[in-house]
Amino acid sequence: MSREQLIEDLKRQIVAQLNLQVQPESINADEPLFNEGLGLDSIDALELIVLMQQNYKIRLVNAEDGPKVFQSIGTMADFILENQAEQN
Amino acid sequence: MSNTSPLYIHGTSRISAGTTWKDEQQRFRHPDPKTESFLPALYHALQLNYPKWYKMDRLSQLGILAVDLLLKDSFNSEDYDPSEVAIVLSNSHSSLDTDARFVEQLADIPSPATFVYTLPNIMIGEIGIRHGFKGEQGCFVTAAPDVKFMEQYVQSLFAEGRTKRCITGWIDLFRDDYEAVLFLVGPETKDNIIHSAFNKENLYQYLYHEQGAVN
Repeated sequence: MSREQLIEDLKRQIVAQLNLQVQPESINADEPLFNEGLGLDSIDALELIVLMQQNYKIRLVNAEDGPKVFQSIGTMADFILENQAEQN
Repeated sequence: MSNTSPLYIHGTSRISAGTTWKDEQQRFRHPDPKTESFLPALYHALQLNYPKWYKMDRLSQLGILAVDLLLKDSFNSEDYDPSEVAIVLSNSHSSLDTDARFVEQLADIPSPATFVYTLPNIMIGEIGIRHGFKGEQGCFVTAAPDVKFMEQYVQSLFAEGRTKRCITGWIDLFRDDYEAVLFLVGPETKDNIIHSAFNKENLYQYLYHEQGAVN
């Protein structure tokens, strides 16, 4: 799967999983997920971890990696692609 | 400083079976009373514009809608310090609607966002966050509305002196059965409007739609 396709999938999955009232296509892949961007909170962060585990079978082993991985949808996609490459 | 002034019901709201009432006047009716259809329809009818509402469990969603309906045209938040507004609610199904959903999820990876709503008092927290209320809060689970307890508990809050307004009543939801009956309670104010006395007889009448002896 290409990075662009993965980003579009993540946008749809995040909007659905978090019940966000935005159109997936309106999300900028580089905008922050927390605070000033999509305005997600700490519970949403846990939901993103579950989403990665359910949909991509990827676990976030080190909690300290969270802020970097969940900086934006783009960084999430990069993390997923890196881990999928390692699994293969 | 303690306060033993008589208390009055300054407003009411009721949501039940696809219909809403504000101060006993019917306001909104939806042809599909099922929870999944009705709550979003009422959200749009009230024009809440509060995206966080969609992320709550259904009990909290009902509570938010009932309180917004109650406070509309009956409450000016600028008249009160956040610590002066109390919230005291009760219901019979606790958070069972969400508890059941969480149990269903246990077969897979359960949702953290579902788990945080597996307590009924979370509804009060959501109401407090939306309106900035930081006063006394209490959530009680009883088989049916206990008007005697409701009267005594709310009166005791006002007697302690800090509470100036209290949102109290019944907010219950399980699957497609839901009912919210709320009262805005406080001492008489300078608006000179005659309100119902806050007592167990009037609570009984509002909650059970009938006159009756209350012991």
